[in-house]
Amino acid sequence: MKRWTRWSVLAGMGTIVAAMILPLYWAIVASLTPETQLFAAPSLFPTTLVLDHYCALFAERNFWVPIRNSLIVASTTTAFCVALGAPCAYALARLRFRWNAQILGVILAVTMFPQIAIVSPLYLLLRVLHLINTYPGLILPYLTFAMPLTVWLLVGFFRQLPRELEEAAMVDGASRLRAFWEIILPLSLPGLATTAILTFIYCWNEFLFALAFTLGPERQTVPVALALFRGQYQVPWGQILAAATIATIPVAGLILLCQRRIISGLVAGAVKG
Amino acid sequence: MNRGIRKTSTLGRREQQLAWLLVLPALGTIVLIAFFPLFWTVWDSFHVHDLRMPWRGQPFIWFMNYTEALTDARFWEAVAHTMFFTLLSVATEMIVGLLLALALHHSYRGRGLVRAAVLLPWAIPTVVTALVWRFMFESPSGIVNAVLIDMGLGSEPIVWFIHTTTAWVPIILADVWKTTPFVALLLLAGLQNIDPSLYEAARVDGARPWRQFIHITLPLLQPALLVALIFRTLDAFRVFDLIYVMTSGGPGTATEPITLYTFNVLFQNLRFGFGAALSILIFLVTFTLALLYIRVLGRDVIGASP
Repeated sequence: MKRWTRWSVLAGMGTIVAAMILPLYWAIVASLTPETQLFAAPSLFPTTLVLDHYCALFAERNFWVPIRNSLIVASTTTAFCVALGAPCAYALARLRFRWNAQILGVILAVTMFPQIAIVSPLYLLLRVLHLINTYPGLILPYLTFAMPLTVWLLVGFFRQLPRELEEAAMVDGASRLRAFWEIILPLSLPGLATTAILTFIYCWNEFLFALAFTLGPERQTVPVALALFRGQYQVPWGQILAAATIATIPVAGLILLCQRRIISGLVAGAVKG
Repeated sequence: MNRGIRKTSTLGRREQQLAWLLVLPALGTIVLIAFFPLFWTVWDSFHVHDLRMPWRGQPFIWFMNYTEALTDARFWEAVAHTMFFTLLSVATEMIVGLLLALALHHSYRGRGLVRAAVLLPWAIPTVVTALVWRFMFESPSGIVNAVLIDMGLGSEPIVWFIHTTTAWVPIILADVWKTTPFVALLLLAGLQNIDPSLYEAARVDGARPWRQFIHITLPLLQPALLVALIFRTLDAFRVFDLIYVMTSGGPGTATEPITLYTFNVLFQNLRFGFGAALSILIFLVTFTLALLYIRVLGRDVIGASP
């Protein structure tokens, strides 16, 4: 490649990375800036940094409540999805049976359901079951988008494993189920982990259902608590951005931990299956 | 495949039974909590169902909810807002995403770092994105106004969120910021599937980079481009979180998308029948797009099943 093209590519990428990072950097800086200086004179390199907003968040606003709610709802949903989704995905990826392709098509179609199309019956249903403003009242609706997503991603992972693995085990007399349990599952742990992480992130970020099916702060998830953040007299931007930073930490941590696998899983899920 | 099954018919039958045993729990859950509510929405959309007026009961009213929607000015405005948002943001995302994918494809140094940086906006909660961008645009002395004035692009700070046209700027920028990375990653995967020897042959024949791009990259990238396009259109059409947090559809209802209008009909006015009709209209549009998507993908995904 010519030198100038290389430089222009580098410069272009530098710009893009900066554009991606700057808003986040700016939000974190603002969350550490005293309220009085927040709108005074914006500077990228602040001189005084304080933890006031973070302290207020937990001392005055009980922000640990939405964090607890989000953790419970997202991890329970993820556990359910992986436990029920893995066998289903294995059968769809490996076993010959009628309607295999049709079921896969239906599951893919459900991943594209607009949430708004089922939010009203789900609300009525949860009201009948007295589950509005409860954890099960969030976990059940979350399965609607998380379950198909899990199955879809796992089908992709199971297809990548060589068939010879379980065929060898079955020649040795193991049943199909045992081959799945003892050979395939342990080998696909990376795939299961990636799927679980993606499912968890989707649940952690979900907003519409959590907004519709919770009534007060005691069951609100982090995104809803964030969106409904109100101050007494004005918008408490310092605290809002501190809360936003905290909401981002689990997701950012998971992403940085295993970005390579997540990317290949995502792309496989969307492009190749 | 047929012959294989017939040959090992008992084994085949046992495998069928096992398959259903494995598939049913997950499939049953999906049918129960996704399809059943969908049919309920259809039923509701043909009835009066007003939670504020339970004494009216739920009489069957044919297509009255739908005709009300189709003659409702606010509905059509919401449709126009959604289309405007979808067209503008998806077009920008496709172009910037392609450029980003090309840059990533051609550089080896720092690819990991760039990937992480690019993945972050995609992964963080949309609510956070909306708040961060609202903060940057809000108040006369927000960072965007400060930078614009510093660069001499304006002398007066702009109050972005009180004008109909300027309120769209932060919304669309935030969406582009958040979703371009995903487009870029999809396109990067497409680029990596192109056989490099094609470029070598083109270079030997003396084709310039631009001609290589037009005659090799674009045609071979077409499936990936199509998938990204449909995926993004589907998502943009369902936009909710971003606008709810940034403007709540304001000023007035100037940025209200169709999902937000439906949500307000349902949970503010408690008109579940009319809201159901709106939901079904949204569903039909997304369903059409989804069918397109499955058809594009289906050729090698669902067809490749065992």
